[in-house]
Amino acid sequence: MARLFSTKRLWLFWTLATVLLLASAAAVMAYGGPRHWFLIGKTTDAHHQMELSCNTCHTDWFGGRESIEKSCRNCHQDDLDAMNDSHPAKKFRDPRNAERLEQLNAMECLTCHVEHNEDVTRPMAVTLPMDYCSACHQDIAKDRPSHEGYGFETCGNAGCHNFHDNQALYEDFLEKHVGEPWLKAHPKMALRYGSAGFAQAGELYASKTSAERLSVPDAPAGIPLDAHVSEGWLQSAHAASGVNCSGCHQPEGANPKTKASWIAKPAMEQCATCHTYEAERFVKGKHGMRLGEGLFTQYDGLFGLFSEKKLSPMRPELARLPMKADAAHKDLTCTSCHGAHDFNTQKAKVDACVSCHNDEHTKAYFESPHHALWQKELSGDAPAGSGVTCASCHMPVVERKIDGKKVMLTDHNQSGNLHPNEKMGRQTCLQCHGLGFTLDSLADSDLIRKNFKGRPSVHVESIDWVERRMRKRGDLPKAPASESGNGQ
Amino acid sequence: MKLNKILMVSAALAALPVLSACGSSGEGGGDAAAGGGIDPQTFTDSLHAVMASDRAVYTKRVVNRLANDEGVIKASEHFEDDKALPLPAQMFRFGSEAVAEKTDKFSYQLLSLWPINKQNAPSTDLEKEGLQYIVDNPGENYYGEEELGGTKYFTAVYADPAVAPACVTCHNDHKDTPKSDFKLGDTMGGVVIRVPMS
Repeated sequence: MARLFSTKRLWLFWTLATVLLLASAAAVMAYGGPRHWFLIGKTTDAHHQMELSCNTCHTDWFGGRESIEKSCRNCHQDDLDAMNDSHPAKKFRDPRNAERLEQLNAMECLTCHVEHNEDVTRPMAVTLPMDYCSACHQDIAKDRPSHEGYGFETCGNAGCHNFHDNQALYEDFLEKHVGEPWLKAHPKMALRYGSAGFAQAGELYASKTSAERLSVPDAPAGIPLDAHVSEGWLQSAHAASGVNCSGCHQPEGANPKTKASWIAKPAMEQCATCHTYEAERFVKGKHGMRLGEGLFTQYDGLFGLFSEKKLSPMRPELARLPMKADAAHKDLTCTSCHGAHDFNTQKAKVDACVSCHNDEHTKAYFESPHHALWQKELSGDAPAGSGVTCASCHMPVVERKIDGKKVMLTDHNQSGNLHPNEKMGRQTCLQCHGLGFTLDSLADSDLIRKNFKGRPSVHVESIDWVERRMRKRGDLPKAPASESGNGQ
Repeated sequence: MKLNKILMVSAALAALPVLSACGSSGEGGGDAAAGGGIDPQTFTDSLHAVMASDRAVYTKRVVNRLANDEGVIKASEHFEDDKALPLPAQMFRFGSEAVAEKTDKFSYQLLSLWPINKQNAPSTDLEKEGLQYIVDNPGENYYGEEELGGTKYFTAVYADPAVAPACVTCHNDHKDTPKSDFKLGDTMGGVVIRVPMS
């Protein structure tokens, strides 16, 4: 007995066990498995869906901060450029900023955004105290006496400034919108494909569609076609523009009469052969980010012990927002919202959303003035574009240039204009409302919960300050008589 | 005069690889001069010749002509929103930021004692002294050395004059300007070029 547990044997056992444990941990880190072992803290809302695809951010075992910084920019740089980032790293390379950088290294994302740090994570995934502007702008009251007495924690949380995106908040923009009424004279949302309507769609997809309306499905023999499927397709924009079964269910160039190449359930990749922009944006948002390129929980390796495994599509059960229990296990792909065959875009604007989402804001929509307007539009009592749906705000119709042509398309990144929410203000609210009313509404979290039923109880002062400054200069334009009053 | 400009531009272009080579061997611009390379002052003078020429061309032949003389397009700070031309000062800064992403062998900024954006006011002692010097001594440049963030720099300050009516009207009329009596040819600010010495 004494021999069995001799010190030497115990050391040997301890060494072997340690090596085995470390090797297993390294294998899990490198190839996959129970990677949640290594989650050192709760991930932010921005990244929780992909937290087990560790390698997406931690690209290099020994790369340190630099490699993580690179990962941040891989995913976020395009958005930062598009929003005309107010504090891009390139502005801080100037050596005269050396002292400022010692206070706050604004050249690195990780200075303000540290993942897995729930206790100190604030809105917008900021992990610094909210008075960080003071590092460089301590003297702001000297240049702007209006700012005297305001705490630096209010710069970013009073609806006046954001660190990165100030497209709806810069002074000249506010000037242009001074005096706007709460509701514009002709409130109307942009329409998909614009005023050209279906004709623009035909032009956009010209190489894939035809002007001929189809009535006979071309599914190969042996593929069952029930009446529901046929009817849905016959009523769809696909049949109207010459896209037959083979257009989605068979790869490009395949013989439509061959059953072998039939794809039973076309995925996003098939939709993207025509709807490229929509798919590109879908994977940028929280609905589709798990389907983005390069997101794996497991990789090939160790003599076949591990094999490549992509993240599954998003499911409501993985969400942090309240979702309906009966939708918990639904996979979120193109057809989850658009259905298959009929591709009813009207249903996708509200019905699809509420089939999963179950939070207060969603439920309150049905009592909101926006919903009433949508009902009027649906019943034909109001023109197209006068109704406001979930998609109107969260998947807005935007102008894009594709192959040199300007087209109006639905932006399927439904998280794209939420952070900061003034983005949504500029993109969608301003189509119908004045900027003052918009900023107040977006700063009122209670009103957002009620899905904008009522008037804002919060007031963002920045537009008043701009107005006062304009008056002082004597160049305040007169508000049109028909659009006076801000609805406060 | 023309020949001088050509020589200066050629020197600027030739200087980059010389200083890069020095940097990679751990030597600074000062040592480059001692080793037979281009001295920092010739380097910054040459760079400035290129910068000032491009800046004047954009201001006079693009912005002043199209926005002021022909009135076919506006120039605006918010040129994307306003579908307008970038302001000459923005054009210069965009170039400066793009260079900063490519090399740390030199950097340059456009500063002023009367900046519209207060972030472009002088902040170091040398900047304050240099900008005042070029205003007080038209036609002269200012050179010096300073230490920023633990690195020694050769710093040169060059006058940035109002080369076209557009410069004067835009600055004099801007809501944030601290000075509204600029005249054509006045020194409105300065170009500060820095070369790390160590």
